[in-house]
Amino acid sequence: MQPTHPPRFFRLGPSPLARLFFFTLLSIFIMIADNRSDFVSEVRRAIGVAIFPLQKLAYTPFSLQNQLEQYIADFKLIEEIDLLRREYLNSRHEFFQLQALAAENKQLRALLGAAQQNEIQVVLAEILYTPRDPFSRKIIVDKGSFSKIREGQVVIDDLGVIGQVTQVYPWASEVTLITDKDHSVPVQIARNALRTVISGTGRNSELELRFLSINADVQKGDLLITSGIGGVYPPGLPVGRVTYIEYDRSRKFARIACVPVAGVDRHRQVLILVDPSRPTPEISENLDTHATQTGQQTKSRTP
Amino acid sequence: MRHKPANKPKAVHHDYLGQEFPLPVKKSLVYSSLITAILFNLLPLEDIALILRPDFVALTLLYWNIHQPQQTGMSIAFITGLIMDVIDTSMMGQHALAYCLITFFALMLHRRLRMFNIFRQIPAVLWMLLLAQVAIFLTGALAGTYSTGWYIFLSSITGALSWPLVSIVLGSFRRQRTDPDEI
Repeated sequence: MQPTHPPRFFRLGPSPLARLFFFTLLSIFIMIADNRSDFVSEVRRAIGVAIFPLQKLAYTPFSLQNQLEQYIADFKLIEEIDLLRREYLNSRHEFFQLQALAAENKQLRALLGAAQQNEIQVVLAEILYTPRDPFSRKIIVDKGSFSKIREGQVVIDDLGVIGQVTQVYPWASEVTLITDKDHSVPVQIARNALRTVISGTGRNSELELRFLSINADVQKGDLLITSGIGGVYPPGLPVGRVTYIEYDRSRKFARIACVPVAGVDRHRQVLILVDPSRPTPEISENLDTHATQTGQQTKSRTP
Repeated sequence: MRHKPANKPKAVHHDYLGQEFPLPVKKSLVYSSLITAILFNLLPLEDIALILRPDFVALTLLYWNIHQPQQTGMSIAFITGLIMDVIDTSMMGQHALAYCLITFFALMLHRRLRMFNIFRQIPAVLWMLLLAQVAIFLTGALAGTYSTGWYIFLSSITGALSWPLVSIVLGSFRRQRTDPDEI
């Protein structure tokens, strides 16, 4: 028996209560640090790298199932459909741009330098999984900084905007959906170019126009497209469609509910717009306040 | 009424004997089971399945803390919690705090809980899982986010209901290593 070491049987260390106290303090400290500074996001990135093999592994049965389905079906046909689908997605994006340019031309009557068409590359990404966080609506996709993905880039599908990249890992990235409560997109109504900001509600397939006064010219069925204000979202991408308007006299603002045009939570594949020429834009939290102000200014000017 | 007291000591007696001298499991088994639980939590589920999916990591932590408190501890719970924070894209520390809490209560109650059979452990597991979710919920609410629907607590109920399955599976791995006939 060495006198320096107590017998192993009794070696239990600090009591559970002391440990709980220590770890509670530590986690509260980490939470505050995560909320207030960028220091913890390095830790997050490191863990994100470490768990990427697990993410891939968890996705394997589903990708195997996909492959099996492809194998069972006619091999060449499936390949061709896949190619066509990619081409379709790519061309849809150009089509959105074209729409925006046409609308802009009509409005501004060909002022010089309007909407310089810098070619935006797109990256096709696959959704790895949906995290279960009651406070946010996000998806994890399988392309990261090695595929030139940066924070703030816009994610679309063949119908419209899905969301925005908010956290990048080397091989994966986190996309905040437009239905997220804290996410806002500067939009305009395609019919009359009324500019405003559309926000998520935290629920599936529901968006809302928060600060539109009750006399604003909004109709049921109006299509909302991105206005390009704020510089994060390129102009002209469809975002949502107005489904429900409630004018309550007791409130200052109308309650306007919309549905997203894109299949925000129905897809396996999405497109990320990679724009190498643009510097990394601010992400939506910063955009939020700025864009809300812009929307209110616009509103007061419209008849 | 007359039959019950006759049956009851027998069951307790049996459970108690089975747990009398638990040989320590290898740490690698604890780690690999936790990694498997993380894999289950990473499955790309959607809609209702995503809401109902039990938190396998919490269940695994509970199992090891109840049955092998020497081999696990709060630091493992904390690190696993941080990993789950990254996976669920929540604030760093939310799951860590929740897992430390359930680890604490599991450590406090493990002797008592081991006297029960698997099905009688379900209520205790249920409130510990609910406590973890309330901790996550409250910390998220304090951080300035909004409240969500009540349905997020459904996963605790499914988690508690899948407790027998989890403990049988993990127990089968453990039994292979502690088979008294082999020694």
